[in-house]
Amino acid sequence: MLTSYKSPIRLAAVAAIAVASTFGMTAQATDITGAGSSFVYPVVSKWSAAYAEKTGNHVNYQSIGSGGGIAQIKAGTVDFGASDMPLDEATLDKFGLGQFPDVIGGIVPAFNVEGIAAGKMVLDGKTLADIYLGKITKWNDPAIRALNPELKLPAANITVVHRSDGSGTTFNFSDYLSKVSPEWKTKVGEGTAVQWPVGIGGKGNEGVSAYIKQIKDSIGYVEYAYALQNHIGYAVMKNAAGNVVAPTIATFQAAADTADWKHSKNFNLVMTNAPGAKAWPITATSWVIMYKKPKNVTNSKVAFDFFKWAYTHGQAQARSLDYVPLPPSLVQQIENYWKTEYKM
Amino acid sequence: MSSNTAIYVRRRITNMVAMLLGGFATLLGLTFLVWILWVTVSNGISAITPTLFTKITAYGAQGGLSNAIVGSLIMDFTALLICAPIGVLAGTYLAEYANSSKLGATIRFLNDILLSAPSIVLGLFVYVIIVLPMSNMTHGAISFSGLAGSVALALIGLPVIVRTTDEMLQLVPGTLREAALSLGVPQWKLTMQVLIRAAGSGILTGILLALARLAGETAPLLFTAFGNNFMTLHPLDKMASLPVAIYQYTNDPNPAMHAIAWAGALLITMFVLALSLLTRLIFSRKKVSYE
Amino acid sequence: MQVPSTEPLARNIDARSRADALHDRIFRRTLKFCALLVLAALVGAALSTLWGGREVLFGHGLHFLSSTAWNPVEDDYGALAPIFGTLVTSLIALVLAVPVSFGIALFLTEIAPAWLRGPVGAAIELLAGIPSIIYGMWGLFVFVPFMSRIEPALSATLGKIPLVGKLFQGPPLGLGLLTAGIVLAVMILPFISSVMREVFQTVPTRLKESAYALGSTTWEVLWDIVLPYTRSAVIGGIFLGLGRALGETMAVTFVLGNSYNITSSLLMPGTTISSSIANEFNEAVGTHRSALIALGFLLFVVTFIVLLIARLMLRQLAKREGR
Repeated sequence: MLTSYKSPIRLAAVAAIAVASTFGMTAQATDITGAGSSFVYPVVSKWSAAYAEKTGNHVNYQSIGSGGGIAQIKAGTVDFGASDMPLDEATLDKFGLGQFPDVIGGIVPAFNVEGIAAGKMVLDGKTLADIYLGKITKWNDPAIRALNPELKLPAANITVVHRSDGSGTTFNFSDYLSKVSPEWKTKVGEGTAVQWPVGIGGKGNEGVSAYIKQIKDSIGYVEYAYALQNHIGYAVMKNAAGNVVAPTIATFQAAADTADWKHSKNFNLVMTNAPGAKAWPITATSWVIMYKKPKNVTNSKVAFDFFKWAYTHGQAQARSLDYVPLPPSLVQQIENYWKTEYKM
Repeated sequence: MSSNTAIYVRRRITNMVAMLLGGFATLLGLTFLVWILWVTVSNGISAITPTLFTKITAYGAQGGLSNAIVGSLIMDFTALLICAPIGVLAGTYLAEYANSSKLGATIRFLNDILLSAPSIVLGLFVYVIIVLPMSNMTHGAISFSGLAGSVALALIGLPVIVRTTDEMLQLVPGTLREAALSLGVPQWKLTMQVLIRAAGSGILTGILLALARLAGETAPLLFTAFGNNFMTLHPLDKMASLPVAIYQYTNDPNPAMHAIAWAGALLITMFVLALSLLTRLIFSRKKVSYE
Repeated sequence: MQVPSTEPLARNIDARSRADALHDRIFRRTLKFCALLVLAALVGAALSTLWGGREVLFGHGLHFLSSTAWNPVEDDYGALAPIFGTLVTSLIALVLAVPVSFGIALFLTEIAPAWLRGPVGAAIELLAGIPSIIYGMWGLFVFVPFMSRIEPALSATLGKIPLVGKLFQGPPLGLGLLTAGIVLAVMILPFISSVMREVFQTVPTRLKESAYALGSTTWEVLWDIVLPYTRSAVIGGIFLGLGRALGETMAVTFVLGNSYNITSSLLMPGTTISSSIANEFNEAVGTHRSALIALGFLLFVVTFIVLLIARLMLRQLAKREGR
């Protein structure tokens, strides 16, 4: 039906009729809204388009940041929230919410330094923490030079870019920094939004990528797909095992493999600084958060159907955007969780 | 004598410098206008394609603006439907019934303040009085909505219409009122059929100005209409709008999405500037007919 | 000849005038109701933000107003950084826009040939018609890169001056307080200049002509006759511009850098009340949301006071004119 609105004139006519006449209509049951994580926006957006084509149901996903996803689902204004930070049991119980993973991906330190290509710079957790603490202010700092003896690092000031909105990407990033830097843990800590010692704030993974692209000698952290698609330089990392690893599906997978989902309640498991030899240190999961007793049963059903569809048919799209699809055992566990926890 | 000449020369030079700086300031202002318009047109025009009007907003290069354009049209005109009658009637009250009363003076004063009030605060207001209660009443089935967005936009347009209606009615010569009243025409008939008609094109100017103003607003829509990546015509759905879609597209690092944002920016700028030129045209004719 | 009785007609007229009186009353009440809606909108905006922000305004009170913290992890909020950013960007905008607006008003009322005044005046006013999101895009994509090329030169020249120099030091990000201030200046330019232009034209011609007759130059007439005559309205116009600058959201959000820091350099990023609300409102819950609505209340109160002063000042001139 919607594809028939072809010409702008007809659009205007339709709009005019709508204005004049539609105050009494009921909402279309097949339109559902989700909001939250910009980390998963690229893949959910693709899923949503393909799913709409297949079923006619519309999944309107708004990339407003994980903090926003949590806030909106708590307020009950959306059908599902998406967050890269898991909620703890007390919060879930208090609001009658349940959560389950939808995709796993990697967060990369991204930079814009002239003459240094993507994947050529090596960083480790402590150095990254010191940059974000404002202790390392120049690109040719001895700490960075020691990790990159071959690189010609400029004497320029580092411009730190972080998120201005509440973000699960920030949560995973700050969680990682807390694990590797005691100073970060005491001074800043972890959360979807923290009190940044230095830097400028961009809105969403989108905004941070845009700033990195535009500002010379900047550094930030973004979901891997954003760095890749926008041709932004990203660093390789020294992981917990002491190996230098590049961000790839394989290293994200290696980190995901260390996760013990079976023993996690409500899938509450953060996999940063994972121990595996090849594990990417800032690998992150994204969760979908929904009411156990849905406020709108029809919408809730469509949401479950959407994610079920995504687990089975959306994996190729996830892979094409460098997310790690969930392993079948985990999908099985999620579907059991649905049956036991949700009233459908 | 020589000191007199010196003073004279100094005064002349001061004057010359002031005149030059005045011209320079004007040039500076015009430079910014041309700069901004040029950037918008040159970036926007190449991005205006048929798909812009057929495709809905999406991530990456595949997106369009059709749902945002429709959403904006619905919300802008609904807003106008709300604020035009209220604004015209309120303006009439100020001009015809409360021209010298204390209440009239207070409302006129507050209307002027509403005219420049921060639009984001008006968005917060609508969030608190419409979005939250709706969401609580319907258990979240209806929360953010095109209607809430329209109300927020109506609050932006309202003071513009009140003020122009008030001013335009004051321009209508008193003899017209006296003539009608002496014929025994009741006040309401006089107002609706004589005065508002006499000031008609002026009032229309106000309504068009209000439309121009509210059509470009982004901030009050962020947490009233929210956003929607699909086409919806239902006023109680979350609704996309051109300014918010532009904001989202701009915020992304993807140049293909920037191009779509520029195309949207061009559309909205053309619409708004065409409206203000139109009002100028109507208004200048109006003035002539009065003199 | 039988004279028809006037009785029924009189009764008719009586009934009609009674109906008319009723309609008039209903009509009048409807109009009054609509007018009161304007009042309700303004009072409602104030009260609803006061209500929404009550937890922070009444619970944290002074701490909220005086703290520089903005820490969603600890749920500790202070308004000082956004207030600082709002005031500094608006002040920069005023410092830049007032002299330029004055120059434009001077040009349009005294210098330009009559045929040029209309078109140029209209063009300047078009600046007010451009939506703020367009200023934001232009700011982000065009003006920020432009500023990042200019800023090293600023640091090298103005940055070397003692005392003032501190304002112009820092990395050339392009984003920041100065950039936001300049964009705001362009945005409020048409408002201030059109008020100035309008009030300059209200100065009685005989006053100006007497001054010219005494041999005054154009500048002297403007500075010594026109400006003192219109002073209150000019200040009113400036405050009107200030009111606009304080509340502007989208354009500032794009070019300010969204950082809760109070810095001594204008080249550094900051945040304003309105951009904090725009950025964070949809994700805020509990105390965080309350803090943002409380910020909205502060913004509303401050702009209300500024606009109040503006209107009072503007009214003074109108009164003198007997309008």
